[in-house]
Amino acid sequence: MSSNSESQKSTGLHIGVAAPGVKKVDPILVIDSVKKSFGGLTAVDVEHLEIPRGAITALIGPNGAGKTTLFNLLTGFDNPDTGAWSFEGKQLAGISSFKVAKMGQVRTFQLTKALSLLTVLENMKLGAKNQTGEKLLNSLFPFLWRKQDNELEVKAMELLRRFKLDAKKDDFAASLSGGQRKLLEMARALMTDPVLVMLDEPMAGVNPALTQSLLEHVLNLKKEGMTVLFVEHDMHMVRHIADWVVVMAEGKVVAEGAPDTVMKEQAVIDAYLGAHQDTDLGVVTGRIKVISEEGK
Amino acid sequence: MDWGSILNNTLAGLLTPTILAFALATLGLAMHFGFAGLLNFGIAGFMAVGAYGYAISVLTFGLPWWAGMIMGVAASVVFALIMGIPTLRLRGDYLAIVTIAAAEILRLLFLTTAFEPVTGSADGLFGYNNSGGFADANPFPPGDYGWGPWTYNEQTLWMLVFGLMVLAVATLLLWALMRSPWGRVVKGIREDEDAVRALGKNVFAYKMQALIIGGIFGALGGIVLATSTNVSPGVYVTSLTFFLWTALLLGGAATIFGPVLGSIIFWVLQAFLTNILPALAESGILPVSGIQAATLRYVLVGIGLMLIVIYRPQGIFGDKREMTFVK
Ligand SMILES: Nc1ncnc2c1ncn2[C@@H]1O[C@H](COP(=O)(O)OP(=O)(O)OP(=O)(O)O)[C@@H](O)[C@H]1O
Ligand SMILES: [Mg+2]
Repeated sequence: MSSNSESQKSTGLHIGVAAPGVKKVDPILVIDSVKKSFGGLTAVDVEHLEIPRGAITALIGPNGAGKTTLFNLLTGFDNPDTGAWSFEGKQLAGISSFKVAKMGQVRTFQLTKALSLLTVLENMKLGAKNQTGEKLLNSLFPFLWRKQDNELEVKAMELLRRFKLDAKKDDFAASLSGGQRKLLEMARALMTDPVLVMLDEPMAGVNPALTQSLLEHVLNLKKEGMTVLFVEHDMHMVRHIADWVVVMAEGKVVAEGAPDTVMKEQAVIDAYLGAHQDTDLGVVTGRIKVISEEGK
Repeated sequence: MDWGSILNNTLAGLLTPTILAFALATLGLAMHFGFAGLLNFGIAGFMAVGAYGYAISVLTFGLPWWAGMIMGVAASVVFALIMGIPTLRLRGDYLAIVTIAAAEILRLLFLTTAFEPVTGSADGLFGYNNSGGFADANPFPPGDYGWGPWTYNEQTLWMLVFGLMVLAVATLLLWALMRSPWGRVVKGIREDEDAVRALGKNVFAYKMQALIIGGIFGALGGIVLATSTNVSPGVYVTSLTFFLWTALLLGGAATIFGPVLGSIIFWVLQAFLTNILPALAESGILPVSGIQAATLRYVLVGIGLMLIVIYRPQGIFGDKREMTFVK
């Protein structure tokens, strides 16, 4: 398994020495001095960061490092105090969130947002872009949108099968379990045919048996030409599928690099230990052990 | 007690221009709250805009009746835009506050003597249906129509047929909208607008469209009401808004026929209580005076609203499964 996945890894993504803010050969997302504070707390303070195109990038860091906030800023769900960023060369600062998604930069949420009183299939179909029937006047004339809607249904069912949700297609999303909702949200995001998928903790709460197939699925996204940026605490997953790892702590990018090297860096170990000194050392040390074992 | 007349009055209440008007307004609320999740507590204001827009256009500007009705609808679109533009980007509660306030402001503007020549102040407006107006467009020859409690003269028949046509078109429109992909987006926004935004939909535009469409239904309700009675500021009060909400929740907020049937049930019940409570008081069964008995029905409405919301939040015609998942 591991040798197989290693062979799928993209390498040669960066130019020069891997350090925070290192230039990439072909960046899809370029972030410059993005800063966001909540009151006195600086949640995000990223000087320079480039996300490589066509690769899987993991964004890791201890709780409260600012990962979700950075996601919110990049997707227009929150406004930074200062800073600029571009997606495929287009400036995104100040662009509203739905336009960002329309451009192909689509995200999921850490706290899952299933549309509870819509069925699973409706959730999926809602994800598709450029639907004729979503325009007010067209919607009154089914012959304008029926065919497209049927095609979307086929596509949605195919995705649902991959995510093992096809049997649930007519159930309200509210009746799904927490893990199933995570899966539904990810599948729904894929209905938009994104260029860049940003997943906020896609594996949190997902059954380990399914994790394996999900990992494969994320790897498939890369094969299909998509770029993936994901936040994850599960270091197994990070090591297994990420081509590049960005480590955040206290709002800043403290390390960047290929997964097998970056996790050995002192800054990363400090970041994890430092942030947890007063809380749950047992868990943290356990985790670091996992990392260093895997690093061998 | 005269059971015969109580029954007769109640049955007659099943089909009146007033019920059709309220059913239209409730349909508007269903669009707003049931499908789009917009908390509109100013539906009476939309009705007032429609009714006054129609009457003023005819009386002050001399427009033909149908053009006056179109003006009433156009005015409700403007009203929706004025309220929607500042609030639809904010959290849902803000729309609730703004709509309730806007409807009150509007009513007070219609009531004030400052614009009496145009609005008629407390007397309201009348006579706009006469000579060359809506009443003259009546296609039915004079005579009595119908049967039993549902006997109407040609004028009432015309109002009913007109009201029914408008209601039928509005219901059909709502049904067509809500089964379409447009309806899917709107329902998605009701569930979680950020999720819909993250999928690349212009949430603000959809909410605005929903607010306008529901507002038009409300205005049409006001117009239908204005064909049968005078336009009076005393009608479009906040309590009317809450009666409409009760009818909506009774029928089922997220259904097509629920609002219509809910309105019928609600106002027939009202008609029944209006008749029976004073009769009960008079015959000494209820230990209250006749006037107290008349107000008692409002108490019962309040209790009824609470019971529905607690025990059957999806309404009579709502999907049973929704019951389990009330947020
Ligand atoms: N809306 C907000 N108001 C105030 N503070 C906030 C807000 N959102 C986030 N923060 C703060 O910003 C910091 C970063 O939060 P963020 O959610 O980005 O962390 P994270 O890296 O995603 O953590 P986790 O791994 O636990 O999800 C935290 O200290 C948090 O308390
Ligand atoms: Mg987070």
